[in-house]
Amino acid sequence: MSLVARHLEENGLPTVIMGSARDIVEECGVARFVFTDFPLGNPCGKPWDVEMQRKIVGTALDTLGRAWMPRATVQTPFRWGNDEWRDAFMRVDESNREKLAQEGEERRRRQAEAKADRQRPEG
Amino acid sequence: MVTGGFPMNQRRAYRSFVSYIDRSREYYAAHGYAQPYAWATHPDVPFTPLQKPLSECRIGLVTTAGREELEGASQGRTRELYAMPITSTAPRLYTAHLAWDKKATHTDDLDSFLPLNRLAEYAAEGRIASVSPRFYGVPTEYSQGKTIRKDAPQLLKWCQEDRVDAMLLSAL
Repeated sequence: MSLVARHLEENGLPTVIMGSARDIVEECGVARFVFTDFPLGNPCGKPWDVEMQRKIVGTALDTLGRAWMPRATVQTPFRWGNDEWRDAFMRVDESNREKLAQEGEERRRRQAEAKADRQRPEG
Repeated sequence: MVTGGFPMNQRRAYRSFVSYIDRSREYYAAHGYAQPYAWATHPDVPFTPLQKPLSECRIGLVTTAGREELEGASQGRTRELYAMPITSTAPRLYTAHLAWDKKATHTDDLDSFLPLNRLAEYAAEGRIASVSPRFYGVPTEYSQGKTIRKDAPQLLKWCQEDRVDAMLLSAL
């Protein structure tokens, strides 16, 4: 998404990204970014929270007009309500290390099979 | 002192926002993938100022969600780019293939990631001139090369066809 925004900017079209993966967007480097510190999935506000969504979209519109230089990050003031998701997402620890390794093996095995099927001559 | 259920002035040894670059690298390493994903990073950032007041601008909207008609039927086309006319019925989109936080939240409310209704309200109130007649889908692509060579130029072409003045991009 950030690469796409950069292309539009290079071609004269102003952009603003709404998102929750701050490091990924800022590493890529974009003109304008409205960051909401939420779990990934609802960058424009909590589901069914119309007022919050209005504020986040309104902030994005404001940022379009008000940013005067690139890498303009604006953080909205909203909190998710608990912080449990922060450590839980893609968590790796002793309780699941073995399970994740098995899932990886399984996935590579399926991919190798699919590849072998594709390479088999039609007959 | 507590504000909104959160203690103020906490101290911590790590940044409070999640680093998805760190997190996903460790996660896929634990799956046995030896080579970590190399994220795009640029020292220079292009910037185009808004050319006229917001109230005179037509605004377009981009999502990373996929289009359900394509994705439900054929798994092989899950990363296809699209431009979809905005109608009174909500578009059927597909988000299950993307790495959002499926334990913490859901994507049942379209406006939480593709705010077509919120943007239409701002157009009705005159804060923006109009919404582009189509919205655009750029499903997240593993290949940065394809994003730059194919997807981004096609999206730019659609934006120009629709005479869009500025774009909101929403990343799931």
